[in-house]
Amino acid sequence: MDTMTNPQPFEGEHRMGTTIMAAVFDGGVVMGADSRTTTGSYIANRVTDKITPVYDNIFCCRSGSAADTQAISDYVTLYLNLHGNELGEQPEIKTAAALFQTLCYQNKNALQAGIIVAGYHPRTGGEVYTIPLGGALVKSPWTIGGSGSSYIYGFCDTNFRDGMTKQEAMDFVTRAISLAITRDGSSGGVCRLCIIDKTGVERVMVPGNKLPKAYED
Amino acid sequence: MSGLGTGYDLSCTTFSPDGRVFQVDYALKAVENSGTAVGLRVKDGVVFGVEKLIVSKMLEPTSNRRIFNIDRHIGLSFAGLQADARQLVNRARLEAKNYRNFYQDDIPGHVLAERMAAFMQAYTLYSHMRPFGCSIMLSSVDRRGPQLFMIEPSGISYSYYGTSIGKAKQAAKGEIEKLKLSELTAREAVAEVAKIIYQVHDEVKDKEFELELSWICPESKNRHEMVPKEIAQAAEAKVKAELEEAMVDED
Repeated sequence: MDTMTNPQPFEGEHRMGTTIMAAVFDGGVVMGADSRTTTGSYIANRVTDKITPVYDNIFCCRSGSAADTQAISDYVTLYLNLHGNELGEQPEIKTAAALFQTLCYQNKNALQAGIIVAGYHPRTGGEVYTIPLGGALVKSPWTIGGSGSSYIYGFCDTNFRDGMTKQEAMDFVTRAISLAITRDGSSGGVCRLCIIDKTGVERVMVPGNKLPKAYED
Repeated sequence: MSGLGTGYDLSCTTFSPDGRVFQVDYALKAVENSGTAVGLRVKDGVVFGVEKLIVSKMLEPTSNRRIFNIDRHIGLSFAGLQADARQLVNRARLEAKNYRNFYQDDIPGHVLAERMAAFMQAYTLYSHMRPFGCSIMLSSVDRRGPQLFMIEPSGISYSYYGTSIGKAKQAAKGEIEKLKLSELTAREAVAEVAKIIYQVHDEVKDKEFELELSWICPESKNRHEMVPKEIAQAAEAKVKAELEEAMVDED
């Protein structure tokens, strides 16, 4: 069906246009995401939680096909829990990332999933891994993903610093997500944060009208 | 030997009235007939020493290894039936390889030990299979540090600071208990292991033996390797000299 001559509001499966990101700070990681899920131009869910746990202190940000990323993260949760049982302790973040990579790479033809894996482990501290569409695995201090990420590369390159405090990192992520929501039509709603450090996990929700204001606002 | 477990000892699927599975006990006897193997876990690594009894002067010295590499960071030594040990080595290598494939990481020592224990235990459940006729020791260095495990034919796995299996295991255990293992380095442990093997070797019943030594420690870059020739030979020479001195003193 040609959308130009015959426009349809509901098109195809649920997609997460999305802006997602994660950044390491001194003592943990901060993960952030917008909350918009679309089917075509219809916003199927304006308060989505795109940050999902796969283990106590390991979370993932999901972008791409909602169904694909949910299926993948469910598998990883299963494998990680079995692994944690055998290991007798919390698995490392890189193990979770490796499991995501195996699934994303081996099924690359069938999947559309861009995933960010982040968490805190007592031995390694906070870590961030990104697995873009093809199934590559890259470890870095910070990373951004989703359609909205294109608009905030400049901001993030300029404003990220190593060894930020927890509050500085939260502000960095909130400002970045907010800017992406402003410019990207596929991103919107609220900004959800997930802060993981040695004390555990903290979830924060910043409503749309409380987001830091940008130039045109 | 008709007395021991008459009637209750023919298969693994029979318990004796006092709750033993005799086939498993008999498997342990096979282990006790083999040359002694000693493992020491010390401050910075793990050392194996094996008394490899030589059955023929025509044997090439390094053949019939008693110590194997399972992965770069794990070593295995055994006492008992050598052919059974080969099966276990292959299984351990398979487990390590599959773990690495799936998790993109080295298999931790305690995970491999538990998998090998489960594997060996499975062979104590059926009447159409016999238990493995060997006890194995695993040495590893991973994120938990140096570790030493021992698994018996029954499938029980233990984690040790120091242990021995085979003929003279009791005598060797006595010598091990005299050592302060947490204060030794791997180098020092090599010398101690050599001394223990020479001390417990039975000159009367068994003639020649070859001493196999392996270690995993910072000096080997935390990889399981045979102890370098010079160090091994130096340790052996020193031990022989000490023992000769001791013999002279006794007179």
